[in-house]
Order: sequence, then structure tokens, then C-alpha cells
Amino acid sequence: MSEREVLELLRENARYSTADIARMTDLEESEVEATIEELEAAGVVRGYQAVVDWDKLEDERVRAEVELNVTLDRETGYDDIAERLARFPQVKALRLISGDYDFDMEVEGDSIREVSQFISEKVAPVPEITQTVTHYVMTSYKENGIELGDGEGDDRLSFSP
Amino acid sequence: MTFELSDRVQAVPPSGIRRFFEIAEERDEVISLGVGEPDFATPWAARDAAITSLEQGKTSYTANRGKRELRESIADYVADRFELGYDPDEEIIVTAGASEAVDLAFRAFVDPGDTVAIAQPSYISYEPGVIFAGGEVLPVPTTKDDEFRLTVEGLEQAGAADADVLVLCYPNNPTGAIMPAEDLEPIADFAREHDLMVFSDEIYAELTYDGEHTSIASFEGMRERTIVFNGFSKAHAMTGLRLGYALGPADAIGAMNKIHQYTMLSAPTTAQYAALEALDSCANDVQEMVDQYDRRRQFVLSRFREIGMDVFEAKGAFYCFPEVPDGFTAEEFAEAVLREQGVAVVPGDVFGDVGEGHLRVSYATGLGDLRQALDRIEAFVDEHV
Repeated sequence: MSEREVLELLRENARYSTADIARMTDLEESEVEATIEELEAAGVVRGYQAVVDWDKLEDERVRAEVELNVTLDRETGYDDIAERLARFPQVKALRLISGDYDFDMEVEGDSIREVSQFISEKVAPVPEITQTVTHYVMTSYKENGIELGDGEGDDRLSFSP
Repeated sequence: MTFELSDRVQAVPPSGIRRFFEIAEERDEVISLGVGEPDFATPWAARDAAITSLEQGKTSYTANRGKRELRESIADYVADRFELGYDPDEEIIVTAGASEAVDLAFRAFVDPGDTVAIAQPSYISYEPGVIFAGGEVLPVPTTKDDEFRLTVEGLEQAGAADADVLVLCYPNNPTGAIMPAEDLEPIADFAREHDLMVFSDEIYAELTYDGEHTSIASFEGMRERTIVFNGFSKAHAMTGLRLGYALGPADAIGAMNKIHQYTMLSAPTTAQYAALEALDSCANDVQEMVDQYDRRRQFVLSRFREIGMDVFEAKGAFYCFPEVPDGFTAEEFAEAVLREQGVAVVPGDVFGDVGEGHLRVSYATGLGDLRQALDRIEAFVDEHV
């Protein structure tokens, strides 16, 4: 149970200190440290990243969601194709999904040209890939559970009964 | 001409937190732990139901007692959560916030000269409510040594045996105290023995972090002498929608409805649609908020202990009630920490004399602000104590 609680808190804010997490969960700080170490060692926690609102930066990143359809043969399975694609640093997320297409791939680059070139030169030629449909991200409103844009702040009264 | 205020209005002093509010207004960057309302928005499904009701033009009065469908839903909810059985036709009234329900009860059952015993520290509106109704307040102090729970000894010492009404609020605003079933049972015996009506404000019932909430109305022989108040403001984060309700025997609710129908007519219709959806589909949202409050509660309690301020282990609502360090009154500490560090807390004596020496600290605020506010309080204590 404490593992789950610690994970939830890390997902909420990976920068919570172990002392803060200990205070919130009523665990000893050493227990929190040990739990996080175990979760990292077991590969449950794979890393820590910032949630960025690229629209706030001048040199914003170009991102695309790419639908991929594949055909499998006796020698090649989904995992083989995924392994090959996941190695590209431009690929930020790759998921096998159910529905109209097989893979959902998130790609990031400095320009539309760079992203387009990557898809046409590196992804489309993979023999098992039969179709790519690229959707460029225009505006992002929520990332990793965090709403982007300017909130209106706390307009509650400073004191209320 | 000048307006001559009624004796009853003159008898109620201005709110003890008004001056603090003015100080807070002058300052930038105040982190407020003085708020008695959730920092979460109403769950989306409930907001959506309210919007849809408006789109459909459902903007007329409802039945005085509230939409029947909502009363049925409330009956199912309190039966399921708190083992309370009430008839939606005659024993439930939907009000504009639980505050209206409390006011209706005082006006319906308190005559001039009647005595209303109030377990203190307590929510600041009970005492004025009694005075507006012409009654007299009998404070029944609770103490930190008893974990701010009401005891029969406390009732006897205060002379509550001769009172007409006993007001309870558990989980408690401002202390965060709860009354488990084993503590409530002797209070129920006392109420029956001395023929007291009980007004039980259970608005924070869902925000109980240690065990399950028990309603005093669920004890044998208590249903017929108890009015239970509850509502959607706290657990469902709907303060601004103003929707509460009262549960009680048919005659009692009928009497409250008599006043309600001539004053409020009916609770806000849009809010009633939101409340229906809240009961129907927002249990998970409530649980998520409760989990968040619980984490913040543990954080705040732990930080006060680190700072060296004694704090009672609050087990309900979203307040904790630390003691101010020696050398300060509650008001002095609250004012100084607001002026010097920009942290707003409420002095405990606002909730009755017995609250002197304490602060009400609300943790209905995001953890980032809580952390910063507690760091500032620590800096203040390091400098002055």
C-alpha cells in the first residue's frame, strides 16, 4: 500500500522531497527512500521529467502524433517493430493500441520539416509499416494530468467561516 | 432618519475575523490558511449537469422542500453511508446551504429565553443564529485533553441538563475533532435522559480520516429528537452553489419548511441538478479529494510538530488546531504572522473563548502553498520564540 501511495505522490510531483512524502504518508523518511530505491531498481519508476508548456517558449518544439499500421509476418511481431522504432530519439512515446491502427507514436523535433523528414525517411521505409498518418499538435491544453495555460488563481476569500 | 437596529442584531458583535480580512487585503502575496472551503472545483459531472439544466431552461422554482428526485437520492445516500432512514416526502428538506438549514432549525424550535447548549470551539454561525432566534447560548467547553470531544462530564459541568437544545458539529470546525460511536453513545443517553433536542451538523461527515462517521441520530431513541444537517459544500466542493439539507421527524421538518417557504421558497434549482449528479456519479471524485486532504493533514500536523508548536491530532474536516507559543494570545500571533510573514490563519477564540491559545489552520490549499506557509510560520517562530 505504501508503494502505491509513494508512486501516486511521485506522479503528482516528482520533486516532492522524501521528507515531504514521509510527512504526507506517515512513513519514516528512511522507508520512503527505501521504497523509491526499490521502485527504481525494479524498473517500476523509469525516470523523472518536467511537464513543459512549449507554447510559453519562443523556440517551441514541433510535435506530432503519428498513427502507424503494420503487417506482421512469421518472423516479425509487434515487439520487434516497436523495438526498432523506440530507438529513435525523435520518438517520445510509442504505444500499441486497439482500434483502427496499430501503433500510436509521439514524435518531437525542431521544425515541421525535421519531423516530416524523420517520418518519411526513417519510419515509412520500415518494411512492415503499411501506412502512416501524421497529426501535428497545434496547441496542448493538458499534459501528464497537468492543465497548461494560465489558471485564474485562487479567488477565494482570505478568511471564511 | 436613522435605522434603529433590533436588539437581537445589536446583541451580535461584528465577526472576529473582519479585521484580519482587512489586513490581508492590504498585503500582497498572502497565503491564506484561513479559508473554510475546498480549493477543488465542483466535480465536472456535477457542473455539467448544472449547465445542462440551464441549457434546458430548468430555471423555475422547485417544490419548497426540494426536487423529489433529489430528496429520494439524499434518502438513499444517508441510508447507505450513515445508516439513517428518512422518508423523502416528509422527513427531508433541501435548503440553500446547510447554513440555511441551521438557521431554520433555530427559528423553528428556539423561543425567547430558551437555552441552546453549544459544544465549543464551534462554527462561528451557531451563536448568532441562536441570538437572532431570541435564545440564549450555553457554551459547553471541550478541551485538548479530551481530544476536543464532548463528554457527559463537560455537559454536566456546563449545566446542559437544563438546556432545550444541544448543538453538535462533528467532524468539527475548527478543531478537526471527531466523535466515534463509543463517544457519542453517552451523549445520546444524556440527551434522552434530559429531554434535549439535538441539532447535529454533519457537513464534514465524508471528511473523516480515521474510521467511519457515525451520526447521533442513528442511536436508538435519538432519531425522534435529532435534526441532522448536511450538504454539498464541503465533500462535493460546492460552496458557491449553496445546497444543503436537513433530516428529521416529519413534524420538525414540516415546521422548518413553513419558514423556508416564506423566505427562501426553494433552494437554487441549478444547484439541485448539480447535487443530483453529485450523489449519482461523483463518489470517486469525493474519494480523491478526501485522499488529498488526508495527505495534507498529515503533512501539516507533522510540520507543526517539527516547528515545535503543539497540535492536536485532527481526524476530520480540513482544519487543524495548533497551540500558539507562550507569550502570545491567539489574536496576537495570528495578526503578527499575517503582518510579518503574510500567512493568514484564524485565531481560535473566534470560535468561542475556549479556543483562546489556538489557531484554526485550514489545509484546503495546495501542497505547494502549504509547504511555503509552514516554512514562513517556522521562520516567525524561530525569530520570536
